[in-house]
Amino acid sequence: MIIFESVVKRYRNGREALLNVSLHVAPGEMVFLTGRSGAGKSTILKLIALLERPTRGRVLVGGADTAKLPARQVPAFRRRVGVVFQDHRLLVDRPVFDNVALPLIVADSSLKEIDKRVRAALDQVGLLGSERMLPAELSVGEQQRVGIARAIISRPPILIADEPTGNLDPQLASEVMALFRRLNEVGVTVVVATHDLHLVRESGLRSIVIEGGRIAGAEPSGTLPVMEARR
Amino acid sequence: MSNAVGSYFARHTHALLSSAGHLSRAPIATIFTVLVMGLALALPLGLDLLVRNVRAATGDFSGAVSVSVFFKTGVAEARAAQLARAVRDRPGVDRVQLITATQALAQFRTQSGFGEALDALQDNPLPHVLVITPFPASASPGYMESLRRYLSAWPEVDTVQLDGDWVARFNAILGLLQRSLLLAAGLLALGVVAVVGNTIRLEILNRRAEIEVTKLVGGTNGFVRRPFLYTGALYGFLGGLTAWLVVMVAIHLITPAAANLARTYGSQFMLMGPGVRDLEMLLGGSTLLGWLGSWLSAARHLARIEPG
Repeated sequence: MIIFESVVKRYRNGREALLNVSLHVAPGEMVFLTGRSGAGKSTILKLIALLERPTRGRVLVGGADTAKLPARQVPAFRRRVGVVFQDHRLLVDRPVFDNVALPLIVADSSLKEIDKRVRAALDQVGLLGSERMLPAELSVGEQQRVGIARAIISRPPILIADEPTGNLDPQLASEVMALFRRLNEVGVTVVVATHDLHLVRESGLRSIVIEGGRIAGAEPSGTLPVMEARR
Repeated sequence: MSNAVGSYFARHTHALLSSAGHLSRAPIATIFTVLVMGLALALPLGLDLLVRNVRAATGDFSGAVSVSVFFKTGVAEARAAQLARAVRDRPGVDRVQLITATQALAQFRTQSGFGEALDALQDNPLPHVLVITPFPASASPGYMESLRRYLSAWPEVDTVQLDGDWVARFNAILGLLQRSLLLAAGLLALGVVAVVGNTIRLEILNRRAEIEVTKLVGGTNGFVRRPFLYTGALYGFLGGLTAWLVVMVAIHLITPAAANLARTYGSQFMLMGPGVRDLEMLLGGSTLLGWLGSWLSAARHLARIEPG
C-alpha cells in the first residue's frame, strides 16, 4: 500500500530531510513514526500525501508512483489520503459543517450526500450538534476532532496524522488514538507521526524510528528504550 | 443526467452566493473597487452618448452640404430656370432651388434692415442663384468636385461655391472623437481588467490558508478558481451598473441646459440617454472584463499556492 524505495528528499534551501529511506506499510496496517523534531517524520507524511515529491527514489502509494503522477491527477490522488495536522488547519471563518464537508464539496458530491455524511462523521468523532459552531468556539481537542472528521469523511483508504495529540491532554490524546484504532479496524491504513511514546507503547503497534533523515529502527511497541520513551 | 445538471447548477450557485457573501463582508473595499470601475466605464459610455447626441442634433449636417451657383448679372430668369431643370436631372441631385434676383433682393431687404438704402438703387445688383443639394449618400468630395466642374463650364455662371467644407471638417472632428473614444474605451477596459486582477490577487493572498486546505483535500485549480471568477464577474457587473447610473444622473443634470440651448436654435432636441441595448452591452461587457481580470490573476497566482 505505501512503499518507500531509497527515498532522498532535499528541500530547496538545501536541507536534506530524508537520506535513503526505505519502508513498507501494508494495506490496513496502523504504524507510528517516531523520532525527534526535524528527524524527517513530517517529510515522510508529506511525501505520502503528495504535498512534496521525492528528490530521488520512489514513493508508491496505493500503486501510484507519486514522482511520476501528472499534476492534473494530484487532486484525485489527495482525495484518497486523509490528513490530520497538529494545528488542525481549519477554516476559521466557516462553521464546523462547512469545514468537515469540504472534501465532499470539492469532489462534487450532492448536497443530500454531504449533509448525511457530515453528520455521520461528526457523530463518529463525538461532535454531532456542533455543526453551526465556528472553530474558535470549540476547545482545542474538539478542533482536532473536527480535523479528523474532515480527514475521514470521504472514507479515504489511507489516513495520515502529524502529531495529532501534540496539543491534547492525556485523556483526549487517548480518545483520539482510540478513534484511529477504530478506523484502522475497518480497513483504513493509518500512519501517525508522534512524539508521544507512551501512546505508541500502549498501542502495541509497529513503530518506525526516524533519526537524522534515516530509519533508525522498526520496533514492536513496548520494547522502546526507556530513555527514548522519556524524551 | 438530471442529477448531474442539478449538481452542476447547485455548485455554481453556491460559488456565486459565496462570492457575493465575500463582497458583502467587506463593503467599503467593495464599494471603492466598484466605484473605480464604474467611473472608468462611465467615461467611454458618456463620450459615446455625446457623439451620438451631437450626430442626432445635427443630423450630421447632411442637408447642409450644398452648392451655390451665382449666375452672371444679366442672365435671363427663364435661362436660369432652364439650367435649374437641367441640373435637377443629374444623378445624385436631391433638390435644386432657384432664387431669382428679385427674390434675393426682397429677402435682403427684409432681413438686412437696409430697405430705404436699397430703394436708392436704380438696378438690382444681385444675380440669380441656384442652390443645389445632393443626396447625403452622394455627397462625397469626389462627387462635389465633379458637380462643381460641370457647373463652372456653363458660360452663364459667374461663381460656383461649395458650401460643404465646414461640414466635412465637422464630421471629421466627430470621426476623430469617435476613434479617440474607441482608444479610450480600450485603455479603460484594460484598466478595469487590471483593477479586478489586482483586487483578486489581494483576495487570493488573504485566502491563502483556505486555498491550501482546499487543495489539500483534493480541490482542483478549477474548483479553487471558481469563486474568484464569480467575484471578478460580480465586480464587473456592479461596475457596469454604477457606470450606467453615473451616466443617467449626468444626463438628468445636463438635459435642461441642453434643451435651453436647443430652443435658442428653434429646435425641440432632447438629450438621449443610454437605451436598454446600451445597458445590456455595458453590463455584458463589464461582467466579461471582470471575469477576464479575475481569470488572468487567478491563473497566475493560484498555481503558485500549494499545501505544504
